[in-house]
Amino acid sequence: MNKDIMICGVGGQGTVLASRIIAASAMNEGNAAHSAETIGMAQRGGPVTSHVRIGDEASSPLIPLGGADLLIAFEPSEAVRNLKYLKKDGFVIVNSVPVKPTSLGSSEGYDGKAEIAFIRSVCDCLVVDSDALCAPFGSSKFFNVAVLGAAAGTGRLGLSVETVRDQIVKTVPERFLEKNLAAFEAGLKIGE
Amino acid sequence: MSKKYVMGNGAIALGALSAGVDLVAGYPGTPSSEIIETVAKYPHDGTYVEWSVNEKAAMEVAAAAAYCGARAMVTMKQVGLNVASDPLMSLAYVGVKGGMVVVSADDPGPISSQTEQDTRRFAEFARIPVFDPSSPEEAFEMVQDAFACSEKYKTPVILRPTTRVDHAYASIDTSDTFTAKGFEGFVKDSKKWVIFPRLSYQNHAVIEKRNVEIGEEFSSCRFNTVTGSSQKAVVATGVSYAYARELLKDHPEVRFIKVGTPHPLPESFLLKALEGVTEVLCFEELSPYIEESLLKLIGRHRLNITVRGKLSGDVPHSGENDADSAKTIISRFLGLELTDSAPDLTGAPQPPARPPVLCAGCPHRASFYAVKRAMKGKKAYFCGDIGCYTLGNAMPLDMVDTCLCMGAGITMAQGFNHMDSDAVAFAFTGDSTFFASGITGVVNAVYNAADMIVCVLDNSTTAMTGHQPHPGTGRNLMSAPVDKISIEKILLAVGVKKVLTVDPLDLDAAVAAVKDCAETKGVKAIIFKSPCVAIVKSDKRCKVDAEKCVGCLRCIREIGCPALSVQDGKAVIDSNLCTGCGLCAKLCPTGAIGGQ
Repeated sequence: MNKDIMICGVGGQGTVLASRIIAASAMNEGNAAHSAETIGMAQRGGPVTSHVRIGDEASSPLIPLGGADLLIAFEPSEAVRNLKYLKKDGFVIVNSVPVKPTSLGSSEGYDGKAEIAFIRSVCDCLVVDSDALCAPFGSSKFFNVAVLGAAAGTGRLGLSVETVRDQIVKTVPERFLEKNLAAFEAGLKIGE
Repeated sequence: MSKKYVMGNGAIALGALSAGVDLVAGYPGTPSSEIIETVAKYPHDGTYVEWSVNEKAAMEVAAAAAYCGARAMVTMKQVGLNVASDPLMSLAYVGVKGGMVVVSADDPGPISSQTEQDTRRFAEFARIPVFDPSSPEEAFEMVQDAFACSEKYKTPVILRPTTRVDHAYASIDTSDTFTAKGFEGFVKDSKKWVIFPRLSYQNHAVIEKRNVEIGEEFSSCRFNTVTGSSQKAVVATGVSYAYARELLKDHPEVRFIKVGTPHPLPESFLLKALEGVTEVLCFEELSPYIEESLLKLIGRHRLNITVRGKLSGDVPHSGENDADSAKTIISRFLGLELTDSAPDLTGAPQPPARPPVLCAGCPHRASFYAVKRAMKGKKAYFCGDIGCYTLGNAMPLDMVDTCLCMGAGITMAQGFNHMDSDAVAFAFTGDSTFFASGITGVVNAVYNAADMIVCVLDNSTTAMTGHQPHPGTGRNLMSAPVDKISIEKILLAVGVKKVLTVDPLDLDAAVAAVKDCAETKGVKAIIFKSPCVAIVKSDKRCKVDAEKCVGCLRCIREIGCPALSVQDGKAVIDSNLCTGCGLCAKLCPTGAIGGQ
C-alpha cells in the first residue's frame, strides 16, 4: 500500500498523537511508514502539520503539493491552509469547530463557516463537529482519537479498524484509555 | 533485535548506543533535544549521560572522555556549536583517542532558531570531517561510521543532521539493550594533551595532510552515490537529496549525485561522477557549500562544467527546501514538464495568521504583565532572551525589546544602562538560560556597577525544548535526586543588592516587587517563580459571567491569552485551554470573571 496522509491543526490540539497512531498502525500491518511533525516554537498555538507517508514509494519525509490521499484537519481554516497538499481526488475529514486566533482584530468574525463551505465545494469531505462528538467525554481533547475513528470508519486510512484500535490501546495511558476507546467508537460511527 | 519507530534524533541515539558509546553530553536545543532523551530512555549498561549546563561544558566533558579512549558524543543545535566553538577549534588541533562525534543540528527555515548557519562550514573551518545524513535511517548508520572515522584519524567528527531529518520518523532495527564499549583510561602525555603554539604548528601540517587522505577514503564511502548518465547532473545533500530522489525516481536517466560527506570533499568520487557532465545543479540548504566546493574543484581541474545553485540564483539562499521546491527547481533545470495535481483553490478564504503565543495560563505572561504595569509611564528597556519567554514580544504584551542569543539579555540590559541611565534596564532570563550563560552576565553587571533589574522567569524546567531538567530542578539524567542549585543564593553570592522572589500570579505582590527594585540603586533581581503549565496540570478554570461582562475587552487587549476570545461582543473563555490562573479576572473592571 502507498498512501500519503496529512494531519493539520493548531498547536496543542493533539495532532501528533493521531499521526503516531496512524504510522504505527500502518507498520503493524507490514507497511513501511515515515512521518514528520511540527515541533518547537511553532507548536505554541501556531499552525501544525503532520505528514504520514505509508509505503515504499515515499523517499522524503514531506508530502509534495497535490500528493495527499487524505487530509485530516482539526480546524476549518487550517484545512483550507493545507488543501494545496491534497490530490485532486483526495478526501478531507474536517472539524467544523474553529480555533480563533488570539489577536483581537482577526478573531472577530471568523467562525469557520466560509471555510467549510469552500471545502465542500472543491472536494469530497466529511465534516465533523468536535464539540458534539466529544461532549459525552467532557473535553475536546479526545477529538484526536475520535477523528481517528471517523477516518478508520470511512476506510480512507487503508487500515483495518482493529489495527488502529489495538494501537490506541498500546499508545494511550491506561487511565485515559476507556474514554479514548469510547471516543474512537463514536468517531467510527460517524465515519461509517 | 526489534524494529523501533523513532524520530531521526532517536535514530542518532540508537546508532550511538549501537556503537557502544561510553559518554553522551549536550544542552537542549531544537531540533537536537531528543537525542539525549532517547539515550537516557533505552536500557544501556555503562553509558554515562548528562544534560550539561551549556554546549561548551558538554564539549569539554566529552573531550575528556575521548582523551581516556572512551567513545563520546556531544549534542547541540547549530547555535550551540557557536558556544562550544572555543573547545572544538582547539580540540581539532589536539585530537582524540576514543571516537568523538559532535552532533550539531542545523535548522533551515529557520523553524526554531536565530540563524541559518551551516555546520558544514564549521567543519571546514575546524578542518575536521563532517557527515550529512539524508534520512533517519542514514543518520543511524552514519553516526556509527563517524565513530570509526574519528578513532581511525584521531579527530573529532561532526554529524550534521537538519530539522527534517531530526524530526522525521522511521523504523530502525536495533538490539534492545546496549552496552558501553569500555575504554583504556587516560594515559598522561603533556606533549600530546596540552595545547601549546608548537603543538598546534606541528599538528596543523599533519591535519592538512590527513584531510587529503580522508577525502580519498570518502571517495569510496557508501554515503556518496551516483546514478544515471545524463550530461546535466543534479547534486543533492542532506534531506534535499530525499526530495530530489522522490522527483527523479521517474527519471532514472538523470545523473543524480549524493554527497553525504561534504568535508573533506570526496574529490576523486566527484571528478569521476562528473565525467561527461556539461552542467550541474547543486540542490542544498543553508549555504552554497557543495556549490562552492565544486566551483573550486572544477576550476582547479579546468573542467568545462557550468555550476548552478544558490550563487547562480537557481536555488533560494534562505529558507528550507521541500518536495515542491525540488519539483520546481529541478524540473526547470532539466526541462521537465510540470503538472499540477492539487485541486483548484481559486477563491479560498484567507486563513488567519497564527503567530506562536505563550500558552494559556503561562506564568511568563503574568511576569511580563506585572513589569509592564509597574513601569507604566516610565522609560524602560526590556531585554529578552532565548526560550518560551521570547514570545513576550507579541502584542499586546510587547515586553521584549531585544533578543540576541543565550544569556545576552542580562549583558545587553547592562549596556543599555550605561548608554541611558535615565531609563530602567530590565533583563528577562529563564531559569535554564540563567544557568547556561546568565551567571557571568550578572557578575559583569555587579562588577561594573550597573543599575538594572534581572528578572529570572523560573518555571522549574527548560520548557521550550521539551521540559528537560537543569541544575535548579534537583534532577539529572543519571542519579536519584541531586541537590537543587539555588538561583537566589547565586545572585546574593555574586553581590546582587536586592533579590526578591514572588509568585507572578499574585499580581499585586509582583507589581510591588518590581516597583521596589526600580527604586533601589545597583543590580537587583526578581525571581518570578511559578511552574510551567505544561508540567503542573491545573484543574482550575475561569469563566466569564455574561451578565456582568460589559464587553470592554480589557482582558483580551491587555494580556493576549489564547483561551480568551470575543463572542457576540463579550469575552468568552475556552475551558479546554484555560488553566484558571486568574490573571484576566484580576484586571476585569466589573468582576465578571470568576470560578478559579
